[in-house]
Amino acid sequence: MNAPIRPMRSDDAAGGIIKLAILAVGGQGGGVLTNWIEALARANGHEAQATSVAGVAQRTGATVYYVEMAPAGEKETVFSLMPAAGDVDIMITAELMEAGRAIMRGFVTPDRTTLITSTHRALAVSEKMVPGDGIASSEEVLAAAEIAARRVIHADFDALAIASGSVISATLFGALAGSGALPFRREAFEDAIRAGGKGVEPSLRAFAVGLDAARSGTDATPPETLDAPYRVSGPEKLLAEWAHLQDRLGVSPAPARDIADAGLRKVVDFQDIAYGREYLDRLDVIAAQDSGDGNLTREAAKYIANAMAYDDLIRVADAKTRAGRTARIAQDMRLTGGQLMQVTEFMHPRAEEIVSILPARMGARWQQNPSRMKLIDRLFNRGRRIRSDGIIGFSMLYLLGGMKGWRRRTLRHAQEMAHIDAWLARVQSAPEPVAIELLRNQRLIKGYSDTHARGQSKFARVMEGARLVEHREDAADWIRRLREAALQDEEGKALDGALQTVKSFA
Amino acid sequence: MAERSFKAEVEHLKLGAGQKFTGEGILAITKALLESGVGYVGGYQGAPISHLMDVLADAQDLLSDLGIRFEANANEAAAAAMLSASVHYPIRGAVTFKGPVGVNVASDALANLSSSGVTGGALVIVGEDYGEGSSIMQERSHAFAMKSQFWLLDPRPNLPSIVKAVSDGFDLSEASNTPVMLTVRIRACHVTGTFTCRDNRRPELTVEEGVAAPRSDFSRVVLPPASYRHEQDKIERRWPAAERFIRERHLNEIFGPATAPVGIVMQGGMYNGTIRALQQLGLADIHGDSEIPLYVLNVTYPLVADEFADFCAGKTSILVIEEGQPEFIETQLGSFLYRATSEVRLHGKDVFPMAGEYTGAVMRDGIAAFLKDAAPQILPDTVRAPNTEALEIPDLSETVPIRPPGFCTGCPERPIFAAMKLVEKELGKHQIAGDIGCHLFAALPPFEIGGATMGYGLGPAANGAFDGGGDKRPIAIIGDGGFWHNGLSSSFGNMAFNKSDGLAIVVDNFYAAATGGQDVMSSRAASKTKSTRNPIGRALRGIGIDWVRQIDRTYDVGKMRDTIREALTTAEKGPKVIVASSECMLNRQRREKPLRNAAIREGRRVDVPRFGVDESVCTGDHACMRLSGCPSLSLKKLDDPLRDDPVASIDQSCVGCGNCGEVADAAILCPSFYRADVIHNPGPVEQRLARFRGRITSYLSARRAKRRLDLGVSP
Repeated sequence: MNAPIRPMRSDDAAGGIIKLAILAVGGQGGGVLTNWIEALARANGHEAQATSVAGVAQRTGATVYYVEMAPAGEKETVFSLMPAAGDVDIMITAELMEAGRAIMRGFVTPDRTTLITSTHRALAVSEKMVPGDGIASSEEVLAAAEIAARRVIHADFDALAIASGSVISATLFGALAGSGALPFRREAFEDAIRAGGKGVEPSLRAFAVGLDAARSGTDATPPETLDAPYRVSGPEKLLAEWAHLQDRLGVSPAPARDIADAGLRKVVDFQDIAYGREYLDRLDVIAAQDSGDGNLTREAAKYIANAMAYDDLIRVADAKTRAGRTARIAQDMRLTGGQLMQVTEFMHPRAEEIVSILPARMGARWQQNPSRMKLIDRLFNRGRRIRSDGIIGFSMLYLLGGMKGWRRRTLRHAQEMAHIDAWLARVQSAPEPVAIELLRNQRLIKGYSDTHARGQSKFARVMEGARLVEHREDAADWIRRLREAALQDEEGKALDGALQTVKSFA
Repeated sequence: MAERSFKAEVEHLKLGAGQKFTGEGILAITKALLESGVGYVGGYQGAPISHLMDVLADAQDLLSDLGIRFEANANEAAAAAMLSASVHYPIRGAVTFKGPVGVNVASDALANLSSSGVTGGALVIVGEDYGEGSSIMQERSHAFAMKSQFWLLDPRPNLPSIVKAVSDGFDLSEASNTPVMLTVRIRACHVTGTFTCRDNRRPELTVEEGVAAPRSDFSRVVLPPASYRHEQDKIERRWPAAERFIRERHLNEIFGPATAPVGIVMQGGMYNGTIRALQQLGLADIHGDSEIPLYVLNVTYPLVADEFADFCAGKTSILVIEEGQPEFIETQLGSFLYRATSEVRLHGKDVFPMAGEYTGAVMRDGIAAFLKDAAPQILPDTVRAPNTEALEIPDLSETVPIRPPGFCTGCPERPIFAAMKLVEKELGKHQIAGDIGCHLFAALPPFEIGGATMGYGLGPAANGAFDGGGDKRPIAIIGDGGFWHNGLSSSFGNMAFNKSDGLAIVVDNFYAAATGGQDVMSSRAASKTKSTRNPIGRALRGIGIDWVRQIDRTYDVGKMRDTIREALTTAEKGPKVIVASSECMLNRQRREKPLRNAAIREGRRVDVPRFGVDESVCTGDHACMRLSGCPSLSLKKLDDPLRDDPVASIDQSCVGCGNCGEVADAAILCPSFYRADVIHNPGPVEQRLARFRGRITSYLSARRAKRRLDLGVSP
């Protein structure tokens, strides 16, 4: 609930006091920032008082720091120990949802508050746990900030700090200087950092970057290195065949073309040119039903590609032995000259995975034989730590990753193709809005081993639920609701509830 | 102490007369103790007074120079019992702990101490952990003062007032032969400010001198008939003496005009908030000059009837600002007025909420409501008839996620609870009792393990009713802090004596980690002044518990899971204890990082592990999140139009603890995780080998790349 906010009154005698609050997540250096601000005020003819509620701060919770200051005079000033709703001049939030929390608590008001916030996100556990996309909307918070604050200064101060080799407290201190909300000169801020005495140089660098970002007034997020538009390369023969596939894409409706292109690349990369042809064949069948706006084709292009490029051992092994992977990891780990890197993969094959790459019929037979499965489990089912930078580990993965020629014969492939056929048959026989939702249900199938099995079961239940409502006018809406419920939690409790509802009227 | 130094703080304690101290409230209290000639100090850590204990522990040299004894007591009861030294000996003593949990634990000793009475000043400094950020049940220590008859100080929350309260407290204690409790609220402990120092004072009689010349007096022992006389003495002599002292020394303060129709009485701790509210109402300036008379109770117990009556003289209405419930002060003041057949109207909890913190908004609204009723003429028009509309700001309550505390990056407790969750999937839900400590975060998502906490060291005791077992065994969790605080006797002694069939898991992270990493008896580092390195397993065997499994690397999720499963399914009867030991990562990083950086600088070989996720292999099902919750394991939205859901991603803060990989393995999650070990300063042989490997692997990768289309797909 948002706290009721009443603007400050003109008779407020505390107007001579500057009130500054900081909302930070544990480990962001909120204490350091507070110390700098306090030292800055004291060194520049002000009395200052700071306090905090640290309690569980270090352990990922949110922490409030609070500073008040006033020009020093003959008599001492009585400061408050906590921010009050509607009575904060400067609100600094070191993470975007904390800005949202500050707004909810009434610490950001249009008559007085300068809100300085970093736009980056430190995701809460509740956002990360959702099997689907549980990330809270940053746009909503920024929009609310524009209404709630007198002035908003926002940038990804975390990324700016990391880029300058420092931490967010320094860029935020820079943004505070750049905002002009405190009556002190830039040099005074820098002196406060120097007086702090720890990591002075990197802090000053980050301070300058934060200050510029605040002054320029734009969302000065460091530019991400954009991938250059891809150019397909490879052997001549394959390129010619690829060009043929590309020609077929040309006839897709415009809104679907980019997705179909991405989908085609994905499946050809997954298997081969022939597989790409199969993809386009499947897509054509669905596209023939498209009412003309291309929506159905676009969804089909996306989800058929995802279904065809299923996650099997071969794909994983291929991904882990590709050219460029080592370089990418080295960059992530900030490897510099003179250092070495070793990479260990965590694999845990079970009998199911082993059997899945056997020839389809044999695999199916083995799968039905519990004692045989038990034997395979005894032989293979254990955690494997594979050194993919070592010759043996790499070779194993390399050989497995090279088994594309074998893939079409495997049990897994047969199962996946059967799944796709059954699924697309349902799609084909449904009216367009329903067909689109049925296509989107493929999103439910993901993960490996148990998680994958759970995904399949959720998919099956949603498809079953869809059957119950298919005749209704609002069928598409109900299928969407079922799917969203299925994505809410791991066990499918929300889905159970939604299915109950559907059964109650169907 | 967990390798963290408080040297800078110790320097503050050495300041002499006339010098300015600038810093936090809790450190000011520490300095004030030394200025008051204290002879011994002790206590038990906890928010918000941990800092006091930590600084004292690092100030051993300074303390012994002054002849002061410092004990890091086993628990609050031990700390309060230590004040016994002031019963017969004219030695000032001070102990500190958090309230009210600490006060609860200490209550037996506090009650005995109060009954005996003291000769030397005895001061209990309580960090009142109430309101925002508090980690405990919301109660007041006030009730303990009332029941045991010791005096309660609640000074104005600024450094000079707090420092003065320490020295006043000792004087009051000696003048009335009664222990005194000084409560400081959480924000006051951390508030910064300045005060002028006095010289540190050696105690007039040190504890060393005291123990060399022992004293005793049967009349001070809590035994009949002395205990009956103690009660009479409290009422007839000590209480009036305290009242006299409070009046004569003006411990309570009066501000504002001498005459006015209304007045406000408040706890000292509420002073700054009251002034802010009055400033906002236009009734006080920024220096605290108020147009309304204020009676500030720096002593909230006992209340002085005639001082209060003087304040009420000539007023028609009085407002009591008393945070917390029940309203002990308001009730007592009302009783004073009634007994004096006064016409003065008393307000308090009628305009203020009974429960909850008195925040800025609560203060402003409460005082405004009182004045609107009692003296509307003095309020500015804008308050009497506000014509400003409340502003419409979008409701974010559905958007902004809550951010409860959780385990730190790399915490060794995370794999324990991941393992418990895996066992839960196999064997079903179990009765689980928790204790106090970091491990209690397991009750929150993503683990949602544990259903109760009954107090520090009481986790396994809380399962007493279920100790006989049934189809399933009860599980209790306790930390090493809780184990040594009270757990060995109250929980494990209880289990052993009653032949419990339950399981207790001791989360041994080498420190009292939740309170800041203080040493406990089983800490692994050698300590000059404390006995450490006493294995928990040995203590358990000593009380007859034989089924003890020691796990020395909690990150081994598979072993953790198997051991828990064994404990829950073995045919063996009797208590089962798993001691799960790995060092608190926060403290470990604090200790190892500087060493590691130094080693790298000096050119020695150092292996720094960190985890990563293959984006293309991760399918975005987030199963790993539900078994981890690690802050460094987060999500990332890919710039891929074919992907709906964000994928797992590990950021720079990863400390390479290994939990991700172990969980992915034990729970058979997915093959996306990898560990990258960056080797600093590798040796020449290693470099040659790496070059050789690199040549072969990149040849193979390139060979395959040449034969396929490069479609710009992220592999």
